[in-house]
Amino acid sequence: MLNKFPLWKNIVILVAVVIGFIYALPNLYPDDYAIQITGARSSTQVDQATLDEAVDALGEAGVQVKDAVLNPPNALIRVQSSDAQLSARPVIQEAVGQDYLAALNMAPTTPEWLRNIGAGPMKLGLDLRGGVHFLLEVDMDSALQKRLEVYASEIKRQLREERIRYRGGDVGDGNTIELSFRDDAARDEAFDLIRGQYNEFLLNRESGDDDQRLLTLQLSEATVTEIEDYALQQNLTTIRNRVNELGVAEPLVQRQGRDRIVVELPGVQDTAQAKRVLGATANLEFRLEARQDASSGTAEVYPFRDEPNRTARLEREIIVTGENVANAQQAFDQNGQPQVNITMDGTGGDRMTRATRDAIKRRMAVLFIEYKTETVGKRVDGEIQQVEERKVDRSIISLATIQSTLGSSFRITGLDSVAEAGELALLLRAGSLAAPMYFVQERTIGPSLGQKNIDAGVMSVTVGFAIVLLYMLLYYRFFGLVANVALTVNLMLLVACMSILSATLTLPGIAGIVLTVGMAVDANVLIFERIKEELRQGAPPQSAINAGFSRAFVSIFDANITTLLVAVILFAMGSGPVKGFAVTLCIGILTSMFTGLLVSRSIINLIYGGRKIEKLAIGGKLANG
Amino acid sequence: MANLTDKTINFMGVRRIASFGSLAAVILSIVILAVNGLNLGLDFTGGTSVEFAYEEAPSLDEVRQTLDDAGYTEFVVQNFGDEKSVLVRLRQDLDDELSANMINALRADGDQLELVRAEFVGSQVGDELKEDSGLGLLLALFVVLIYVGMRFQLKFGIASVLPLAHDVLIVLGIFSLFQWTFDLSVLAALLAVIGYSLNDTIIVADRIRENFRKLRTGGTEDVVNHSITETLSRTLNTSGTTLVVLLSLYFLGGEAIHNFAVALIIGIVVGTYSSIYVSANLLVLLGVTREDLVVPPKEGAADQQEDEEPPEWLNRM
Repeated sequence: MLNKFPLWKNIVILVAVVIGFIYALPNLYPDDYAIQITGARSSTQVDQATLDEAVDALGEAGVQVKDAVLNPPNALIRVQSSDAQLSARPVIQEAVGQDYLAALNMAPTTPEWLRNIGAGPMKLGLDLRGGVHFLLEVDMDSALQKRLEVYASEIKRQLREERIRYRGGDVGDGNTIELSFRDDAARDEAFDLIRGQYNEFLLNRESGDDDQRLLTLQLSEATVTEIEDYALQQNLTTIRNRVNELGVAEPLVQRQGRDRIVVELPGVQDTAQAKRVLGATANLEFRLEARQDASSGTAEVYPFRDEPNRTARLEREIIVTGENVANAQQAFDQNGQPQVNITMDGTGGDRMTRATRDAIKRRMAVLFIEYKTETVGKRVDGEIQQVEERKVDRSIISLATIQSTLGSSFRITGLDSVAEAGELALLLRAGSLAAPMYFVQERTIGPSLGQKNIDAGVMSVTVGFAIVLLYMLLYYRFFGLVANVALTVNLMLLVACMSILSATLTLPGIAGIVLTVGMAVDANVLIFERIKEELRQGAPPQSAINAGFSRAFVSIFDANITTLLVAVILFAMGSGPVKGFAVTLCIGILTSMFTGLLVSRSIINLIYGGRKIEKLAIGGKLANG
Repeated sequence: MANLTDKTINFMGVRRIASFGSLAAVILSIVILAVNGLNLGLDFTGGTSVEFAYEEAPSLDEVRQTLDDAGYTEFVVQNFGDEKSVLVRLRQDLDDELSANMINALRADGDQLELVRAEFVGSQVGDELKEDSGLGLLLALFVVLIYVGMRFQLKFGIASVLPLAHDVLIVLGIFSLFQWTFDLSVLAALLAVIGYSLNDTIIVADRIRENFRKLRTGGTEDVVNHSITETLSRTLNTSGTTLVVLLSLYFLGGEAIHNFAVALIIGIVVGTYSSIYVSANLLVLLGVTREDLVVPPKEGAADQQEDEEPPEWLNRM
């Protein structure tokens, strides 16, 4: 039978549309503006009395409270608007005192049953809704220190190779390395050697006590700047990658001043969660386990990360750091035991080979280094002062026997579980900070576009969409109506897919969606024009419909596949906004093919299929078949 | 069987003028880009971020208005932490006068405010974005060339990729000429233009292929003219509806998507033109012939059945 879909096909289409409808629903429930009250320490719980104090204070300040709920250990107060939220926070902070933190938050209003099936609204981007603003400071002193240590060990190795006897070689104050020699001859030899190879240093000859001839190597200004720039750029890239890897769409990551990085994340208004999203500012070091007879000058003791009571002695010398890890993937060995495959960059590979060549059967440790800032509120003259204390935690995450000389790619085995291997791989991939970083500021930030702009944008999109619907209706009559239903379904499916992916919506993103929908008209226009052509050539209505759909299919398929190819490649290769746009484009193409070819066909079949028709209401002058 | 003389518009009659026009436009765009460069937006260049602390919570719209009247362009004003703190980001480089002038302009309204800090900020867009996206785009074009080359014929592949470069260059050229701000939303618009223009080009190419197989008479130019005429109402409808949406964005959408809309409007117009006068034109130039597209005749298949049927899986979907 021409133009009849079998029942199951109609049912499948209907089910897809219904599922789309359900997952698009949460977007009708916008998040509430809320203030979250948490204990300043994790041990502090918010109690009803505290919450009541906060609500009373808001009442006195004239802020309307929508709802106040205690869900230990936190409490959540919902308010009417963004402005109310911003003015309520300091009021609440003052009311609850210093033992608690009042943080801006967005509370979902999606009904329970929708949340249970994993449906949630799209997030709104920095331009529409704002988000959290972090300021991270790169510890430049530590970056310089680390670089100097690498130089020092290189220089000492070369002096040993050249048989020049020296003492010292430690990193001193003011970006220097100090060496001392027994006589002028040795010093001059070293001087020439170092000057020939390292133009990063300014060399100073001094005479020390006990007839020692000193040689001080000081990093030049230019090199210091270069190292700082490199560290900052490297960290900037790492943070960008991390944010991208965690799938926070449309973030903002930029350098600020000499040694700071700004990170703004949209839609995550729970600062505690955002910090977790950014991940620990961690780094890794690979070191050999110290020999039994190692002196305390060359070895130090570190605890294990998951068993603080267990310790191991490691050599002070660092083979490589996480900076040199190019890639790390979790895998399984032939016995099904979890392992991590590591690929080093060129420098890392060389160092690894040199260090492990003579260390077969010894054990190598992966040391995990975490930099923390703890903000402690102290009362100074009745003023609350935020005092920041920086802490560095070093702990061992794995200690494994070296089976053979390691090159630029090797694997770490002897891990306890798949979860541990996965975590280690992630840390190695994302833990490659060139220098430690500290959070120095956390704020929430309002929308970067004014309300006027947001309203105008939404209005223009609505108007544009309405005009398209009207035009289609006038031009293609009944078929236009069908196309409009398909278009609306298309928009709904697009929103549903983006909600499932919890994509972030920005104003250009909204415009992009509308554009996709504008282009989705194309499929229907192509089909209808074909049907008209068939009718003009005297085909009977039923076969005109059939031929129109099947002829147009080839063009639609080719055109969409090529565009899809572009979108997929952009998604794979691009980053940030390009990636976001590519996602929207991909989904848009798929949904518009589905609605243009199947949904509209299904409706037309239901109306016209299997009946005798004289005429099609498709607009224009037609010859009857 | 359609007949060739039936109201076919002679598009290819002005082929040479169009070729010359396109070539001139592309060369001119490249020259303008080389001379003027692009006026990159805040997200590409970075600039200065200034934080103010107000005594009383200000209205952000008024702050924007004040800065606008004071002659500042391209800035972002947002609340920072609480409603009394305001963060302004702008594209100018940081100097001592900048923050002083800003604070004076803002105080002129009678507001009490203090400067908290002013610092330079780097670009929002990493170099890797430029590199990755550029590479991605080149790869994408290459893949399209191969795909269309396989589905149709290599000449079609060339004729579908070159117009894309043509469209992008002309949009960039116009942005460079008028020194309109090129920011991330314009970049997104350019990607959309590529998608749109490609779509347009393939539709026309598809018709040309079909007509070569269907029509037994007429030279390359006749077939191309006929195909463009047949798809004309579809082209005008689709471009028309898309343009309507864009014009609505342009006139009603406010400042934030102004540049996005402009880039797309130019792109859609140029893209529609290029699907006819660059793509089809190239096909004529490369001399696509019927032999290029002849499918080996299937046994027992009538001539009428030569156009491709939808694949079997679609009917079973």
